[in-house]
Amino acid sequence: MEILVCARRVPDTSENEIEINAAGSDIERDEVVYSINEADNYAVEEALQIRDRVGGNVTVVTVGNEDDEEILRRQLAMGANQAVLLSDDSFSGSDGRGIAAILAAFVQKGHYDLILTGVQADDGGAQVGGMLAAMLDYPFASLANSIQVGEGKLRVSREIESGNREINEIDLPCVLSIQTGINEPRYVGMRGIRQVASVPIPALGAADVGVDQTAVGDAGARVKRVDYFVPALSKGAQILHGSREENADQVLELVAAKGGLK
Amino acid sequence: MDLPAQITDWLVAGRPLFLTIHVVGVACFAYIVTRRLVPLLHAQRDFRFDRPLTRLGKVLKFWLGQWKHPRYKFAGAFHILVFAGFLLLAARAFTVLIVGVSENFVMPGLSGKTGQVYDIVTDYAATVVFLCMVVLAVRRLVFKPARYAVPAKYGQGHAADAVFLLGLIAVLMVADSLFAASTAAAHAQHDQPTETLAVLSLPWMLKALLAAMPLTTLREINATAYLVHEVTFYFLLCYRPFGIQFHVETSLFSIYFAKLDRGTVKPVQWGVPDEKLDQVKSFGVKTFEDFTWKHMLDFYSCADCGRCADQCPANAAGRPLAPRFLNIKARDYAFQHYPVLGKAHNHEPLIGTIYSEDEIWSCTTCGACEAECPLLVEYIDKIVDLRRGMIDDGNVPQSLQKPLKALESRGNPYGKMEKKRADWAKSEGLQQDCGLKILDGKNGATTLYFVDSITSFDDRMQSIGRATARILGEIGENFGILGSAEKDSGHEVRRFGEEMLFLALRDHNTDSIRESGVKRIVTSDPHAYNALKHDYKDVPPVEHISQVIAREVKASNLQFRPVEGGNVYAYHDPCYLGRHNEVYDDPRSVLDAIPGLKRVEMKRSRDRSFCCGGGGLMLFYEPKEEQRMGVLRVRMASDAGANVIVTACPFCMANIEDAIKVAGMEGKMTVMDLTELVDQQIVHQARKEESVTATCGG
Repeated sequence: MEILVCARRVPDTSENEIEINAAGSDIERDEVVYSINEADNYAVEEALQIRDRVGGNVTVVTVGNEDDEEILRRQLAMGANQAVLLSDDSFSGSDGRGIAAILAAFVQKGHYDLILTGVQADDGGAQVGGMLAAMLDYPFASLANSIQVGEGKLRVSREIESGNREINEIDLPCVLSIQTGINEPRYVGMRGIRQVASVPIPALGAADVGVDQTAVGDAGARVKRVDYFVPALSKGAQILHGSREENADQVLELVAAKGGLK
Repeated sequence: MDLPAQITDWLVAGRPLFLTIHVVGVACFAYIVTRRLVPLLHAQRDFRFDRPLTRLGKVLKFWLGQWKHPRYKFAGAFHILVFAGFLLLAARAFTVLIVGVSENFVMPGLSGKTGQVYDIVTDYAATVVFLCMVVLAVRRLVFKPARYAVPAKYGQGHAADAVFLLGLIAVLMVADSLFAASTAAAHAQHDQPTETLAVLSLPWMLKALLAAMPLTTLREINATAYLVHEVTFYFLLCYRPFGIQFHVETSLFSIYFAKLDRGTVKPVQWGVPDEKLDQVKSFGVKTFEDFTWKHMLDFYSCADCGRCADQCPANAAGRPLAPRFLNIKARDYAFQHYPVLGKAHNHEPLIGTIYSEDEIWSCTTCGACEAECPLLVEYIDKIVDLRRGMIDDGNVPQSLQKPLKALESRGNPYGKMEKKRADWAKSEGLQQDCGLKILDGKNGATTLYFVDSITSFDDRMQSIGRATARILGEIGENFGILGSAEKDSGHEVRRFGEEMLFLALRDHNTDSIRESGVKRIVTSDPHAYNALKHDYKDVPPVEHISQVIAREVKASNLQFRPVEGGNVYAYHDPCYLGRHNEVYDDPRSVLDAIPGLKRVEMKRSRDRSFCCGGGGLMLFYEPKEEQRMGVLRVRMASDAGANVIVTACPFCMANIEDAIKVAGMEGKMTVMDLTELVDQQIVHQARKEESVTATCGG
C-alpha cells in the first residue's frame, strides 16, 4: 500500500514557554524549539505499522521551508521510505484551504492508496484533512483510532462521545485524520537521525506540483489571522496560589463543592 | 597407597574398565565444555586481558578467599566449608582416580609424613563436605529459604536439581570414605601397616563398621566403592555444565575476568572509539549473540543463589525484575539454542521472548545485585546493553520519550528553557553574599559547582543548590556555576541506553567546563558526580559536596550549632555516592560532627543500601510495581527508630519525600539533604566578620 502522511512542524508545547510577541501578531519565536506535531507523529507510526503488515511505502510530506526538513529527517529515521518538502515563496501565509490545495496538487502527481493526517495541528484548526479529501473527492474519516486493512477497503474505528467506538468501512483511496493514542510511536534517537543525514529530501515548488499560485499563500488566503492574544482572566477563573499540597487540597474541595465528587 | 594384593587385586583386573571410564568421562566432559564454549565464540568482543595482577588479586580475594560469602552467614559459612573441602579433596580425588590405571600411584609431594597429614585432613574434609550436603539438603527440602523460590512465571522450582546435585556430592564423599575405610579395615585384619584414619571422621566410622567383615566382603565393598566413586565423579563432572554447578568450573574465570572499573558502563562495542560509533551497524544487545563472551560466561557461572534478587529493590517492590533470572533465562536460552547434541539455531530477539520490556526498564542501576554477587556477575552493563538495543529499535516507553526529546533539544528532561537554568541562583543574595558566580565567560573561578538538571529546575531541589552555594561560600571557595552553558550530565541518559545523546551532552559539558577554566568540580548530585568522575574524560577532578564538607569539618573550618528537638536521624546512602563510589564515611562523619545529633543506622545501609526508586529518567518512567521502593525505604528508616532521613542526593530526596506522603507518614518522618542540614546548623565564621549584615548563611 502506498501511504502518504501529511505532517507539520510546530512549536513543542512541552518544551517552550509560549509568549506573545510585542506586536501581538505571533508568538515569540526566539529560542522556541520545534518538533513534529504530536498527532502527525502517531499518523506516521500508524502508516509504518500498516506498511510493515501489508507491504508498500510510506512517504511523509510537509508544506514549509528548509527549517521544516528537521521533522522530515526525523520521520525518515523513524522508518518512512521517502520524505518530500513542499516549499515555495508563494506558499507562505496559506490558510487551511491553501495548505490543502498544495497537498492536493502533490497527491495528484503521485499514486497514493491512503493519505493520513494528524487529527489537528497544535497550532492549527483541524481543517486540512477534510478539505484535502474534498478537493481530491476521496472519502474521509476523522478521529481514527484504529485501522484494519481489507481488500480495497479499510475498517476504521473512531471514538465517539463517552468513550464509545464506532466502526466504519471506507473505500480506498481515502483520507483519514489520526487521533493520538492510536498506537505507541517508536522512539527516534540521535543515532537514527544521523543515519539518515545524507538521504536526499526533494523540495518541490509550486510549479513542480502544479498548484495555482494565486489560490495559495497570502494571495489565496480567505481566512486571515487578525489578532493573537492571551485571554484575559474572566470571572469564572480562579487562580490558586499556594504550595503544591495546598493547591491540591483546594482543588479537591472546589470539585467536591461543585458536585464533581460524589 | 600401598595396597595389599588380596584386597586390591581387582584394581589390576578392572584396569581396562577403569581406563575406559576415564577416557569416556574425560572425553564427554571435554566435548560438553567445547560445546558450551561455542556461543562464546559467536559473542561480542570484551577486553578483559589487562591488569593481570589486579585480576589475580580479585581471584585471591573473591574466589580463594570467598570474600562475599559471609554476607549471608548461614549459606556463606556452608559454602566456604564445601569450597575448602573441594580444594583439599582435589588431590585425593585425582589420586583415587589414577589408582585405577596405576595402582601404586602417589600424588607427588604427598608421600610419607606429608601424605599422612594430608590423609587425615582430607578424611575430615570429606566428612565435613558430607555433613554439609546433608544439612543443605534438609535446608532445601524442609526449610526452603524464600530466596530460592521460583515465581511461576519463571518456570519450575530448582530445588529438585539442587538436591540431586547435593546427593551426588554426598555419594562421592561416602564412596571415597568407604574406599579408604575398607582398604584400612583389610589392612588392619592382616596386620599390615595401616593408614591412620582421622578419629571421628567418616572413613574412621565406616572402618569401625567394616572391621569384622570377611576379607571377600571387604574386597567387594572396596571395588564397589571405587567404581561408584569413579562413575559418580565423571557423572558429576559431565552433569555440572547442564546446571548451576557449572560454576565449579567457570567461577575462577568469571572472577579473573570480572569488571574492574566501578561506576562505569561498558562501551557500545569494545574497541570502537566514540567517534566511530556511527559506523556500528546495530547498538546494544538484541539477540543472544550480542552479549559479550564475558557476559555469557556470567550466565554459566550464576549459581542461582538468589542473593541478587534478595537485595534487588525492584524485586522487593514487585517490579517484574529479579536479577538472577536475567542469568537463568539467558543460560537456559544458551543451553536450548546451542545444544550439546544437535545444531545451534540462534539470532532470535531476546526482548519479547525471554526478557520483557518492563523487566529491562525496571532496573534503577543501583548496583545492589552486583555488590552482593559472590561470583562478581555483572548486571548493570547487561541491562544497559539491552536498553541500547531497545532504543536502537525505537522501542522506548512513551513516558521516557518526552524527557529524552527534551534532553536533546533543551539539555534537560523537563523541557525548560536553557536560559532559566541559573534562575535558582539569582535569589536570596547568593551572588552578592556567597560569591556565587555565573561562569559565562566574563567571570572566572577556581571551583565549578556542577548543579545538574533536577537541582537547577525542580522547585524543591533548588534548596539543595542554594544550601550548597552557601556552604561553598562559607568555606571561602572561589566558585561559580555554568548557568545556561550547563546541560544535563547525561548520567541516566547513558544508563537508559541512549548513548549518542549521552555523548552529545557529555561533549557539550566537557567543552563548557574546559572553557570556564576551573581547576576542580564540586557537585551535590551523586549522579552528576559519578558521570563526571567515570563517564567524562579530560575534565578537572570532581568531588561530591559531602566530601568537601567532611574535609572542612576535619580541618575545623566548619562549626555547627547543636541540633534541637530530639530527632533521630538516619543516613540513607545514595547508590551513586555509596555503592558505586564507596563514599560512605564522609557524610556520616559530617552528621556525627553536629553536636547533639542522634544518628541510627538502618539495617540496610552502606553497600547494602536500598535504592529510593532511582534517579534521572527513572523519575519519568512508570513502572509496573506493587509498591514504591521509596515507601519500603521510609519504613526501614522508621524501623530503625529514625524520624529524619538525611540523604545526599536530590533524587533520593524527591523519591523519599513522595514516599513519606504515599506511606501516610507526614509529620512522623521527614527527609532532608545533608547540605540543607549543614546549612541550617552552620555557625558562621569570622571570615564574614567584615560583612556581618550580609552573611552567606542567609
